[in-house]
Amino acid sequence: MIKTESFYDTPAPAGLTGIKAWLLTHDHKRLALMYMWAILFWFVIAMMFGLLLRTELMSQGRTIMGPEVYNSLFTLHGVIMIFLFVIPAIPAIFGNFFLPIQLGTDDVFFPRLNLFSWYLFMFGGVFALISLFTGEGFPDTGWTFYVPFSVEANSNVSVTVMAAFILGMSSMLTGLNFITTFHRMRDKNMGLMQIPLFTWSLYATAWVQILATPVISITLVLVVVERLFSIGLFEPDKGGDPILYQHLFWMYSHPAVYIMILPGMGVISEIIPVFSRKSIFGYKAIVWSSMGIAVAGSLVWAHHMYTSGMSDVSVFVFSLLTFLVAIPSAVKVFSWIATMHKGSIEMTPPLLLALIFIYLFSVGGLTGLVLGAVGTDIHVHDTHFVVSHFHFVMFGGTGFAFFAALHFWWPKMFGIMYEFKNAYIGAVLTAIGFLFHYVPMFILGLQGMPRRYYDYLPKYETGNFLAGFGGYLLCLGILIMFVNLFMSFKRRIPAPSDPWGATTLEWTVPSPPPVHNFVKKPQIKEFPYDFSEVGKREKNGEKARKIL
Amino acid sequence: MSTGIDKTGIKIGMWLFLYSEIILFGGLFVLYAAYFYKYPEFFSEGGKELNRVIGAVNTVVLLVSSFTVAASITAVQRKAKKQAIGLLIFSIFCGVVFLVNKYFEWGAKFHHDIYPNSETLVSGEVGLNIFFGLYYVITGLHGLHVIIGMILLSISLVLVMAGKVTESKYSMLENAGLYWHLVDLIWIFVFPLFYLVL
Amino acid sequence: MDSQKNNHILSYTTLALVLGLLLVLTGVTVGVSYIDLGFFNVPVALAIACTKVTFVLLFFMHLRYEGPIINFSFIGTISFLLIMIGFIFFDVAFR
Repeated sequence: MIKTESFYDTPAPAGLTGIKAWLLTHDHKRLALMYMWAILFWFVIAMMFGLLLRTELMSQGRTIMGPEVYNSLFTLHGVIMIFLFVIPAIPAIFGNFFLPIQLGTDDVFFPRLNLFSWYLFMFGGVFALISLFTGEGFPDTGWTFYVPFSVEANSNVSVTVMAAFILGMSSMLTGLNFITTFHRMRDKNMGLMQIPLFTWSLYATAWVQILATPVISITLVLVVVERLFSIGLFEPDKGGDPILYQHLFWMYSHPAVYIMILPGMGVISEIIPVFSRKSIFGYKAIVWSSMGIAVAGSLVWAHHMYTSGMSDVSVFVFSLLTFLVAIPSAVKVFSWIATMHKGSIEMTPPLLLALIFIYLFSVGGLTGLVLGAVGTDIHVHDTHFVVSHFHFVMFGGTGFAFFAALHFWWPKMFGIMYEFKNAYIGAVLTAIGFLFHYVPMFILGLQGMPRRYYDYLPKYETGNFLAGFGGYLLCLGILIMFVNLFMSFKRRIPAPSDPWGATTLEWTVPSPPPVHNFVKKPQIKEFPYDFSEVGKREKNGEKARKIL
Repeated sequence: MSTGIDKTGIKIGMWLFLYSEIILFGGLFVLYAAYFYKYPEFFSEGGKELNRVIGAVNTVVLLVSSFTVAASITAVQRKAKKQAIGLLIFSIFCGVVFLVNKYFEWGAKFHHDIYPNSETLVSGEVGLNIFFGLYYVITGLHGLHVIIGMILLSISLVLVMAGKVTESKYSMLENAGLYWHLVDLIWIFVFPLFYLVL
Repeated sequence: MDSQKNNHILSYTTLALVLGLLLVLTGVTVGVSYIDLGFFNVPVALAIACTKVTFVLLFFMHLRYEGPIINFSFIGTISFLLIMIGFIFFDVAFR
C-alpha cells in the first residue's frame, strides 16, 4: 500500500520549512495541534493553582499561603480555566482538526483568519501572564470582576480584562469560520441531516460564540473605561446601578457555559454510537436540542443574580426560564442511553470517559435545578454548593469530554495508539478523585460554607480535608492519563485509519491525514451513523480495531 | 479543492462579523434603555444641551456617505473606475466631516465642564451624569468605528485605483461598505436617543 | 461552489431614491422632536429610526437580495438584541 504523505510532512502553504511551517501555517490540522499544546499548558497551570487552593483549604487558618494570594489564586484559576481552557479546548483543538474533515472538505473557509485566531489566543494568554508580573499584581476580584471592586481595586484588573477581551475575539473568529465553513464548504452530497453530530454541536456553539461574546467584550471595555475615567455608570453615588454590570456580565457568561458544554456533548454523541455498534438514537432530536440549548441558554442569565437585589419579577421569570433549559440537555442524555440500549457495547478508554461524562454531567445538571429554583438557591447561593455544581458540569462534563476526545481522536491526529490499561486506570482514578473532591463540597455548601473564602468555621474542616485529599487523587489520575498518552509517542504503535469501527468521514482517511485531508473523494453515507459496513467487516473476521 | 473565490461565503463571514459589532453596541443600548427608564426627565434635559442641528448634519453626512459607498460598488460593477474612485473619496471625506463635527461638539462640552468625572457632572444631578456618561461612551466607541471604517474604505480605494478591485472581484469593497453602513446604522439610533429625547 | 453568476447591481436611481427617503425621514424625525407629544416622542422617534435602518439594511446593505442564511441569522441577531434589552426591564421596571 502506498503510504500517503501526512500533513506533518507537507506544509501548507507550500515551501515553508522549520518553525515557519507551523507559525505561518494555513492548515487547520497544524493549527489544531498548536492550540493543543498551548491549551494543555494552560490546563496544567490552572489545575496546579486549583490544587494549591484546595491544599490551602485543607486545614483552618493559614496553611501554605496568605489571604491576598489565595484571592488572586482563585481569580487566576477561574480566568485561566474558563478563558484559556474550557471555552476554547474542544472547538479550537478538535473542532479545528475535524470539522472540515467531517464535512468532507479540505480546510476551513478562512484559513488565514484561523491562523490569526490562534495568534489572538496566544496573545491573550501572554497578556494574562503580563498581568501576573506587572503593576500591583494579579486581580483578586474573582473571574467575575464584579463592580465596584473591579473598578476600585489597585490590582492589574485592566490588563487582565483586556486579556479576556482578546481571547474573546479569538473565540468569535473561530465561530465565524466554522459557520461559514458549515454552510459553504461541505461536500455537495452532504445534506444538513447527514452532518455528524460533533459538527452540529460546533455549529450551535459557533452561533453562541458570535452573538454572546461581544457582550462580555463591551462589559470588559466598560470596566476599563470606568477605571480610567470614573464615569460612574455602575456607581450608585453617580447614578449608576451595579446590578446592570451583573446583567451585562451574565448575558455573556451564561451562554458561555453552553459554549463550554455543547462541543463536549458533541464528542459524546460521536463516541457512544461507535462503541455501541449502533446508530445514534434520536439524531434529529439531538440536532434540535443543540440549537435549542443555544437559544434557550440566552434567556436565563439572571439566574446567577437571584440575591443581587434585582426585582422579584425578574427572579421569578428567570427561574421559570431556567427550568426550560434543562429539557434539551435531558433529551441528549436520554438519547445517549437509548443508543446504548441493546447495542453491542465494546469497552474502550473513550467510551469509559464518555460514560463517566454522562454520570458526572447528569449530577451537575440536576444540582443545577437546585440552583435554578429560587427557594433553594437562596440557601446555597455563593456557597460551595455552587462551586461543586459548576465543577461537575464544566469539569465532570466538558473536562471529561475533552479527555474522551483526546482518547478517541489521538490515533487519528498522531497515527499512533496508546495503551488501554493505563488509560483505564487513569480514567477511573480521576473519576474517583473527582467524586472525593467535589461531593464533600456539595455537603459543605448545604451546611453553609461560603465560596471564595480563605478561612472557615471549624465544622467545615473535615469536608475540606477530604476534598483536598480527593484533589490529589484527581490530579494523579489525570497525570496517569496524560503520561500514558505521551508514552504512545515513545512506543510508536501505528494506528490504522479506523481503529474503532467508526463511520464518520475522519475515519476514512489515513492516520494522520494528508494535508488536503482526503485521498479519495469522500463517500457520503445516507446517514452518518450507519454501522452496517462495520458489522460486515466484523462478520468477515476482520477486527474492527486492534485490542491493546 | 477551491475552484474559485466563494463571494457568498466571504459575504456571510462579513455579516457574521457585523452581528458581533451589533451586539457590542447592543450592550451599551441595554444600559441606555435601563437608565432612560430610570431618569427620563434628566435624559430629556441632557438632550436639550446637545445641539440638534449638528446632530442632524452628522446624520445627513453619514446617510449621504452610505449612498456614495453603495454607489461606488455600482460603479465598480459597471467598470466605471473613475466614478468609483470619486465616490469613495467623497465617502471618506464625509467621514472626516463627521469626525470634525464630533471634535467640535465634544470640545464645546469639555469647555462647559461636561465630561466624564467633571466637577459639574459629579456635583450635579446623577441622571445627567449618566446621560452624558453614556453619550461619551457610545459616541466615543462609534467614533472609533468611524475611523476604522474610513481605514477600510481607504484600503478599498487604493485597491480600486490599483485595479485589484474589479467588477468580478470586489468583495473587499463590498465588505468595507457593509462595515461603513453599520456605522451609519448605529448613528441612526444614536441620533434620536441622544439629540431628540426632548 | 458558488456559480459566478452576475451579482445584482443596484442602480444609481434606486440608491438615490433610498437616500431621498432617508433624508425625508430625518427631516420628519427632527421636525417631530419640536412638537411635544409627551410620552410618544420616544416611540415615534424610535419607529422612524427603525424605518430608516430598515431601508439602509434592505438596499444599501443589500439584505433584500441575500439568501436565507444571512436573512435568518440577521433576524436571529436582532431577536437576541431585543431579548437583551427587553428582559432587562423585568428587573429595572419592577424594582
